[in-house]
Amino acid sequence: MNTEETQPSEENTGLTDKQEEVSKQKADKFVFSKDSLKKQMRPSEFFSEKIITGVAFLSIAIIILIFLFVFRETLPIFYGKSAKKTEITALKQETYGSAGQGQNDNKQEVYGGNDSVAPAAKQEVYGATSDSTADTTVAAEAGGLSYKEDDSGEGNKVTLKGLVGKVWMPVSDRPRYGLLPLIIGTFKITIIAILFAAPLAILAALFSAAFAPRWMREFIKPAIEILAGFPSVVIGFFALIVMATFFQHLFGYETRLNAFVGGVAMALAAIPIIFTVTEDVMTAVPSNYKEASLALGASKWQTAFFVTLPAAAPGIFAAVLLGIGRIFGETMIVLMATGNAALMSLNPFDSVRTLSATIGAEMAEVVFGDTHYNVLFLIGTLLFVFTFTLNATAEFYVKGRLMTRLQGKK
Amino acid sequence: MGATGLSVILIIAVIIIMLVLIIIGGKDEISWKFLTTFPQEGMTKGGIFPAIYGTALMVIIMSVAAVPFGVITALYLTEYAKESSWIAKGVQFAVRTLSMVPSIIFGLFGLGFFIKFVGGGMDKLFSGGQLIWAQPNILWASLTMALLTLPVVIVSVEESIHAVPRDLREASLALGATKWQTIKKVVLPGARSGILTGTILAISRGAGEVAPILFTGAAYYLATLPHSLSDQFMSLGYHIYIMSTQSVNVDQTLPIQFATTLVLLLLTFTLNFVAVLIRSRLRRSH
Repeated sequence: MNTEETQPSEENTGLTDKQEEVSKQKADKFVFSKDSLKKQMRPSEFFSEKIITGVAFLSIAIIILIFLFVFRETLPIFYGKSAKKTEITALKQETYGSAGQGQNDNKQEVYGGNDSVAPAAKQEVYGATSDSTADTTVAAEAGGLSYKEDDSGEGNKVTLKGLVGKVWMPVSDRPRYGLLPLIIGTFKITIIAILFAAPLAILAALFSAAFAPRWMREFIKPAIEILAGFPSVVIGFFALIVMATFFQHLFGYETRLNAFVGGVAMALAAIPIIFTVTEDVMTAVPSNYKEASLALGASKWQTAFFVTLPAAAPGIFAAVLLGIGRIFGETMIVLMATGNAALMSLNPFDSVRTLSATIGAEMAEVVFGDTHYNVLFLIGTLLFVFTFTLNATAEFYVKGRLMTRLQGKK
Repeated sequence: MGATGLSVILIIAVIIIMLVLIIIGGKDEISWKFLTTFPQEGMTKGGIFPAIYGTALMVIIMSVAAVPFGVITALYLTEYAKESSWIAKGVQFAVRTLSMVPSIIFGLFGLGFFIKFVGGGMDKLFSGGQLIWAQPNILWASLTMALLTLPVVIVSVEESIHAVPRDLREASLALGATKWQTIKKVVLPGARSGILTGTILAISRGAGEVAPILFTGAAYYLATLPHSLSDQFMSLGYHIYIMSTQSVNVDQTLPIQFATTLVLLLLTFTLNFVAVLIRSRLRRSH
């Protein structure tokens, strides 16, 4: 109806009648009626949006799938299935180099190529049997553990009671799946690593955020990022070859690869994370705090320690939590530098074996569907749940406390 | 105040010591021959070419899988996600969780899902029960690694998409382009460097991680290079691990261990350096 009013007057516009009609028809389309303001449905737009959303949704699906499929392999435990341990079929089409056993005096473990019946049979040496805390010598079981002869008729039932046992010896005539040594080992490494990493990283971040001149800051940050760029194999290698010998000469203990070496190496891996997050949080503290403190006469040092640091405390806490999460899940460093003996001891100079290292070391030689296999997946599920919770806590803590603190008080 | 400065000095000193010792230990062994020949005589002589080749191949397959996935997810997070929708929050949380999952869990997932589930299904469908795909091989290892490096790609691409100025986007929309057209022609080309950075960082991370490929495809000694996706492969990181913990004769292989470590380190650092260069050029141009 509006077209009546907006129709141009009948003048000679220089267009033919046909052209005028066409342009009038086009003009009609641009009139603002309710219909023309609706978003036009274009198939390509619609599909592109749906497809992109769908692909993004996959990432949520992946997390769920990871949990599901890792947990799925643990289910036979709960069904009380008693599996027979059969011969280990060679999972990998590989043969280690020449035969013969190499004995390295320094290392506790005896690895070696074994050209006997079971290919790819790694001879792992486990620690003390009973719950002795003092016995740290590891007997090298010569002759290897032949995987052929363990048709344990008793059945490898894993009970809940068995899981909190004190011995982890899954490859023996009576396999025992006590998780306690592994859990204690994990905690030992984590505590030692955090004791070294957290103070160093936090103090370094404090320096970089509060005291360092700008040019130094531009130099420190890339340096820490270089440390972050070290693959964990390389750190583990360095710990195994260099640090272990160095610390042994320094402290004079017996076992070359132990929780201390592993903990220090792990600290090297955790420092970049803690440093980066702490530095970010400290620079995010509103400058009013710092300026007010300085205006009141406090020194730079006092401002940093008594104003900036407390203000950033929730973020620092989250940073340490993230560091702990990284340490918990790190596998390669532990595999290479801690001696891999599932001992139940509180001595930091004993070998340990963490949960993740157990998975890494034993999964390659385990039989599909075996009880040992299921227990390893159970350890994996536990690790996943734990780091998930840790991550969620760190996130909510930072979002909740830190944000309201920094913005609420503002 | 001195304590904080000392911490920095200590950390940097340790970094330098590590670098120097690895360089000293490995530089003698590195040569063109080292990089292009196969290992011989039980790893005491020869080179590490198959490890380099395997790592490179794995990383390529990984990128092909991870980068498109990552770019699309980053696109969703920046362009299509409404802040309040549960999918948006879920995806963000999922990406952050993914970056926190221990690397060995990815290996377990690769075993339980890719090898057993997908591989088993493929075997049933395509080869009538013959065991071809339900084994560790380079395909599954690469896909597992792709999951691990996905957050790296997503974060980097997100950053660069945010860096595309709003005016450009709004100008495009004002000229009548649809959202998808704007993304295709304005946002994505502008985010090119971020996509490249993300890919390079993912490659650097993927080349260095060992835990996910421990039992999803890596092997210590293979006589030939991987020919098909169902073959196993050698990898630099895995090589270092096995050689340093399970070598028959540690003293003889020590130089090779150092040299392999040095090669891996150089590779990682070069990749990171290039990525940082691209990123700083991106920042400067805006």
